[in-house]
Amino acid sequence: MNILSLFVLVPLLMMLFLFASKNMQQIRTVMVTGASALLVLAATLTIMFIQQRAISTDEMLFVDSIVWYAPLNIAYAVGVDGISVVMIVLSSIIVFTGVFSSWNMNMAKEYFLWYCLLSIGVFGFFISIDLFTMFLFYEVALIPMYLLIGLWGTGRKEYSAMKLTLMLMGGSAFLMIGIIGIYYFSGHATMNLLEIANNLHIPIEAQRWLFPATFLGFGVLGALFPFHTWSPDGHASAPTAVSMLHAGVLMKLGGYGCFRVAMYLMPEAAHELGWIFLILTGISVVYGALGAVVQTDLKYINAYSSVSHCGLVLFAILMMNQTAMTGAIMQMLSHGLMTALFFALIGLIYGRTHTRDIREMGGLMKIMPFAAMCYVIAGLASLGLPGLSGFVAEMTIFVGAFQHADLFHRILTIAACCSIVITAVYILRTVGKILYGPVQDQHHIGLPDAKWYEKVSTVGLIVAIAAIGMYPFGVSEIISNSLLPIIEKLTI
Amino acid sequence: MIPMEHYLIVSTLMFFIGIYGFITRKNMIAMLISLELVINAVDINFIVFNRYLFPGQLEGMFFTLFSIAITAAETTVALAIIINVYRKIGNVNVGNINKMKN
Amino acid sequence: MEYSLLILITPFVLFLLLGLTGHKMKPNVAGIIGTTGMALAAILSYTIAFQYFFGVGKVDGVFQQIIPINFEWLRFTDNLHIDLGILLDPISVMMLVVITTVSLMVHLYSLAYMHGEKGFQRYYAFLSLFSFSMLGLVVATNIFQMYIFWELVGVSSYSLIGFYYTKPSAVAASKKAFIVTRFADLGFLVGILLLSFYTKTFDFATLTADNASLVVNSTAGASFLGLSVAAWATALIFMGGAGKSAMFPLHIWLPDAMEGPTPVSALIHAATMVVAGVYLVARLFPVYFFSAPEVLTMIAYIGVFTALFAAVIAITQTDIKRVLAFSTISQIALMMAALGVSGFGGHDGLGYMASMFHLFTHAFFKALLFLGAGSVIHAVHSNDMRDMGRLHKYMPISSITFFIACLAIAGIPPFSGFFSKDEILVAAFHHDKVIFYAILVSAGLTAFYMFRLYFNIFWGKEKTYTEHHKPHESPWLMTFPLVFLAILSCTTGLFDFSEFISPDKMPFATHIDWTIAGMAIAVAVIGITVATILYAKGSDKPAQMAKSLGRFYTATLNKFYLDEVWMFITQSVIFKMICEPIRWFDRNVIDGSMNGLAWVTQKSSSAIKGLQSGQVQFYAWVFVAGSIVIAILVLFCKV
Repeated sequence: MNILSLFVLVPLLMMLFLFASKNMQQIRTVMVTGASALLVLAATLTIMFIQQRAISTDEMLFVDSIVWYAPLNIAYAVGVDGISVVMIVLSSIIVFTGVFSSWNMNMAKEYFLWYCLLSIGVFGFFISIDLFTMFLFYEVALIPMYLLIGLWGTGRKEYSAMKLTLMLMGGSAFLMIGIIGIYYFSGHATMNLLEIANNLHIPIEAQRWLFPATFLGFGVLGALFPFHTWSPDGHASAPTAVSMLHAGVLMKLGGYGCFRVAMYLMPEAAHELGWIFLILTGISVVYGALGAVVQTDLKYINAYSSVSHCGLVLFAILMMNQTAMTGAIMQMLSHGLMTALFFALIGLIYGRTHTRDIREMGGLMKIMPFAAMCYVIAGLASLGLPGLSGFVAEMTIFVGAFQHADLFHRILTIAACCSIVITAVYILRTVGKILYGPVQDQHHIGLPDAKWYEKVSTVGLIVAIAAIGMYPFGVSEIISNSLLPIIEKLTI
Repeated sequence: MIPMEHYLIVSTLMFFIGIYGFITRKNMIAMLISLELVINAVDINFIVFNRYLFPGQLEGMFFTLFSIAITAAETTVALAIIINVYRKIGNVNVGNINKMKN
Repeated sequence: MEYSLLILITPFVLFLLLGLTGHKMKPNVAGIIGTTGMALAAILSYTIAFQYFFGVGKVDGVFQQIIPINFEWLRFTDNLHIDLGILLDPISVMMLVVITTVSLMVHLYSLAYMHGEKGFQRYYAFLSLFSFSMLGLVVATNIFQMYIFWELVGVSSYSLIGFYYTKPSAVAASKKAFIVTRFADLGFLVGILLLSFYTKTFDFATLTADNASLVVNSTAGASFLGLSVAAWATALIFMGGAGKSAMFPLHIWLPDAMEGPTPVSALIHAATMVVAGVYLVARLFPVYFFSAPEVLTMIAYIGVFTALFAAVIAITQTDIKRVLAFSTISQIALMMAALGVSGFGGHDGLGYMASMFHLFTHAFFKALLFLGAGSVIHAVHSNDMRDMGRLHKYMPISSITFFIACLAIAGIPPFSGFFSKDEILVAAFHHDKVIFYAILVSAGLTAFYMFRLYFNIFWGKEKTYTEHHKPHESPWLMTFPLVFLAILSCTTGLFDFSEFISPDKMPFATHIDWTIAGMAIAVAVIGITVATILYAKGSDKPAQMAKSLGRFYTATLNKFYLDEVWMFITQSVIFKMICEPIRWFDRNVIDGSMNGLAWVTQKSSSAIKGLQSGQVQFYAWVFVAGSIVIAILVLFCKV
C-alpha cells in the first residue's frame, strides 16, 4: 500500500465510522482520531520524503499508478515532490484544527461527512499526478462546499453558496477544456503529468489558448482579479471551519494547479503570455489590500486580504525564477495557516458577540484576552512581522521577483511591495477597532474567553506559524530543491 | 378497382381532422378520439400502400394489426388515467391538469 | 567573543518567559526577573565593550569588524541569503552599551513608576522584546537582518505606545506610529532590493569594504529618471531611516507616541529606537559617501531643516512630554546633519564621529529628561506644564537632575552635550556655512525651550495642589536612575570619542576649536538668559509675545498643521478617493458583472421557459406547424 493512498483512505474510513456513530461523543471521537491520524501521517510522510530525497534523484517520489480507464489512458497516478508534501502538511494541520473549530455543530454527523469528503478531495488533489484524477478530486473538493455553506452557513447563505459554486464551476469548465486540450495536443497518449512534461510536447499554437484556459480555470479558485468576488461573499456566509478549509487549503488548490499544470506543462506559453496574468495578479495584490481597508465586516476584511495574499502567490509563480516560486509556495503555506487562524478567531468572536461588524465591537482585549492576543498575533503574521511566517514568505517573493532581469517585472514588484503598507493599515485598523479602546457594547462584558477546544485549534495554528517564521530554512530547502526540474523547463 | 388516391384522400382527411381535433379540443376524451383518428389514418395508409404497391407481401397488414392492438392497450390506459383524473378534479379538461407542474 | 550571543538571548528568553507565563506570576516577581535579566545583559555588554576597545578590537591601530557568530537563516539564492549573526565594531559596541544601560535604568525606574498598573507583566515582556530587537538591530551583520529587527522594534514600539489600550488616543497613536514607520520601511525594503539586485549581497562587511567599491562598480552607469541607481537605493534606504528617526516630514508619529508610558518614551522614543535611522546611515556610511554623495548632502539639509523646524515647534508646546519629543526630533536631526556633512578619512571623518558622539551623549541626557518628566508626572498626575510650578521645593532630586540634563542638552561645558554638539558644529563649519549657522540657531532655540520647560515645571508660579495630591519626591527606585543618568550626563562628554570611532575605523585626534565653542556657548547662554527672564518668575510677558506673533504662534502651536495635512492625505485622499471607490467598483462593477451574468442567464431561461408549458396541444400545434414548414421546404425549395 502506497503511503499516499492512505491520505484518501483515512477520510474514507472516517466517513464509514461516522455513518456508524450514534451520538456527538462518538462523532467527535471519530473526527479527532481521524484528523490526528492524518496529522501523524503527514509528519511520517515528511520524514520519509526527506530520507528518500537524499537517496533518490527522481522528480517525484512514492510514485504509483493504477489504470482505471484504459481507452482514455486515465490512471489513478500518485506521487509527491517537496511542494506537494508541504501542501499535504498544511492541509492536515488545517483539517485537524478545523475539527476543533467546529466542535459544536448542529447536524454534526452530516456536517462532518461532507467535511471528510472535502478533505478527500483536497488530499487527493495534492497527491495526484494524473490530470484526470486531479480534476476529479478537484471537483470532489468543490461540491461539498456548496452544501456546507448552503446548509450550515449564516447570512445570505444560499446566494453565497450558489455564487461560489457557480463561479468555481465556471472556472472548472475552462479547466476541463484545458485538460482535454492538453491530452489531445500532447498526442493523446497519456494523462500523466510527468510523462507529458518530460516526454511529450504540446505545440506552441495549442499552448497559446490552453495556457490561458488552465491558468484562468485554476486562477478563479486562487481569487485572481477580476474573478475574486465569490470569495468575500462565500467566506462571509461559510461556517468557521469551512472558511478555514476554504481559505486555508482550497484557495491553495488554485495556486498549486496554476503552477503544476499551467506553468509546468506549458512553459513556452507561460513566457509568452505570462505578462498578461502578471498584470492581473499585480492588480489583485494592491486592489485586494485597498479593498480591505474600508470594509466593516471582519470576514470581508479577511476575504479581501486573502485576495491580496493569494494574488501574491500567483504573482510570484509568474516571475518564473526559483526564489520567487519558493516564495510563492511558502506564501501558500503561510497564508493558509494565518487565514485559518483568522477565520477560527472570527468564528470564535462571532459565536459570542453575534456580530462581525467592526463598528459594533470594541475593547475585546479586556473581555476575552486570550482570543484577542491570538488575533493580534494573526494580524502581525498577516502584516509580515519577522519571526512569523508571513514575513519569510513575502520577503522571499519580493527578493526573488526583484531578481528578474526585466525592468517591467521589477517595477511591478515594487508596486506589489506597496501592499505591505496597506496591509498594515487595515490590520491595525481592525485590531485597534475591535480589540482596543473602551468596550463598545455593554452586552459584551462578561462574555467567556476561548474554550479548550478553541484553544487547541488557535494554539496549534500559532505554533505552526511561529515555527515557520523562526526556522524557515528547512521548509524553504525542501521547496526550492523540488523546484529545480520545473525551473529547468521554464528557462528555455 | 378504386384508385389508390381515393383511399389516400380519405386517410389524409382523417389525419388532419384528427390533428385539428387534438389541437383544438379541451376535453381529453375528445382528444383521445382525435388521436384514434390519426392512428387509424396511418393504418389505412399502411394497408393501402401494401395492397397497391407491394401486393405480394404482408408487412403492412401485420403492422396495422400490431398497431390496432397497441392502440387498444393505449386507449385503455389513457381512459383509465382520464377516469382517475376525473375523480380527482371533477372534470376532464386538459387545461386544468397542472398539479404536477406547479 | 561568542558569549556576545547571550546579550541577545537573555532578553529574548525573558520575553518568552514573561509573555507566556507572566500572567501567572506576581507583578513584582515579573519585574524583578526582567530587571535582573537586563542587568545581566548590561554587564555582558560592558565586558564586551572593554574587551573590544581595549583588547581584541584594535589591530595595527585600526578597529576590526569582528563577527563571532553568523549563520544562514533563510536562503534566497546562492548569493543572497539572510544571515543572523553578530557584528562587533566600534559603533555597534557603543550602541550595545547605550541600549543596555538606558534599558536597565528604565527597567529599574519602571518597577516604581508602573507599580500597580494592570498588565505590569505584559509591560516587562514587551520591554524585553524591545531590548532584544534593538540589540539585534545594532549587531546586525547584514542589511536584511537589520530590516528584520527594524520591524521588530517597530512592533515593540507599537505595543508599548498602545500599552494603555483602553485609551482611544493611545490606540490611535500606536497605530499612527506603526503605519508611518511602515510606510518609510517600504522605502527601506525597496532600497534593499535595489541595492542587492546590483551588488548581489546583503552583507554590511562586503558592501562597505574597500570604500564601497562593490556598490560603486556594480551600479556604475545604471541610472533611473536622471538619478544614479546608487543614489536611488541609498535615498530609499535613508527614507526608512528617516521614518524611524522622525525626520521631516515623517516625524508626525513621534509626538503622538508620547501616549505611551513615560519610561517607554525614555527608552524607545528618545534614547534608542529613534536613533536607529542615524545608526543605519552610519552603518552604510561608506556606501553613501562613495557612491551617492548627493544623497549625503540631501541628508544634511533635511537634518538641519528638521532640527530648526522641531526646535521652533518645541517652544510653544505645553505638554511637557511633547516638548521633549520635539527636542528629540531636533537633536536626532542634528545627528543626521552631522553625518551629512561628514567626510571620510582622518580628520575629515569628524562629522561621522560627532554624530555618534552626540547619539551617545544624547541617549543619556534625553533619557534623564524623560525619566525626570516621568517623575514629575507621577507626582502631579498631569502632562501639562500649566498645571506645574515651583516643584523644586517638593522634589529637589528630580529638579537638580533635570537641571543637569538641561545644561547638557543646551551645550554648556563641562556637560556632555557641549562636547558632542561642538564637534558637530566644527564639522559643519568646515563643510557648509549655511548648515553651520542653522545648527547654531537651533542650538540657541534648544537652550531656550529647555529652560522654558525647566522653569515652568520647577520654578515659575506656585500652583494650587490638592491636599492628598501634594507633590512629593519619587521613591528611590525612580530617583536612583535619575542620579545615575545625571552622573553620566556630566561625564560622558569627557570621553575622547575620536580615539574609538571614525568612518575609516582609524583613530584620529580632535581638539576643541574655542572660536566655534565660544559662539556655541554664547548662543546657549543667550537662550538660557531669555528663558530665565521670561519664565523664572512666572511673568505674563510670554503671553503678550504670543499675542503679538499672532498667526505664527498659532501655526507653531499646531505643529504647522502637518498632522492635518497627513490626515487629509490619508482620510480624504486615500480612504475617500481610492479605497471607497474601489469598494464601490468591486461591489457594483466586478461583482455586478458576475451577478449580471447570473441575471441574464436567469432571465433568458425564464423567457424560454414559457415554451415548455406542459400543454400537449401546444406542443402538437408546434409539431404540426414545424412538419408543414419542413414539408414545404422539401417540396418547393428542393435543397
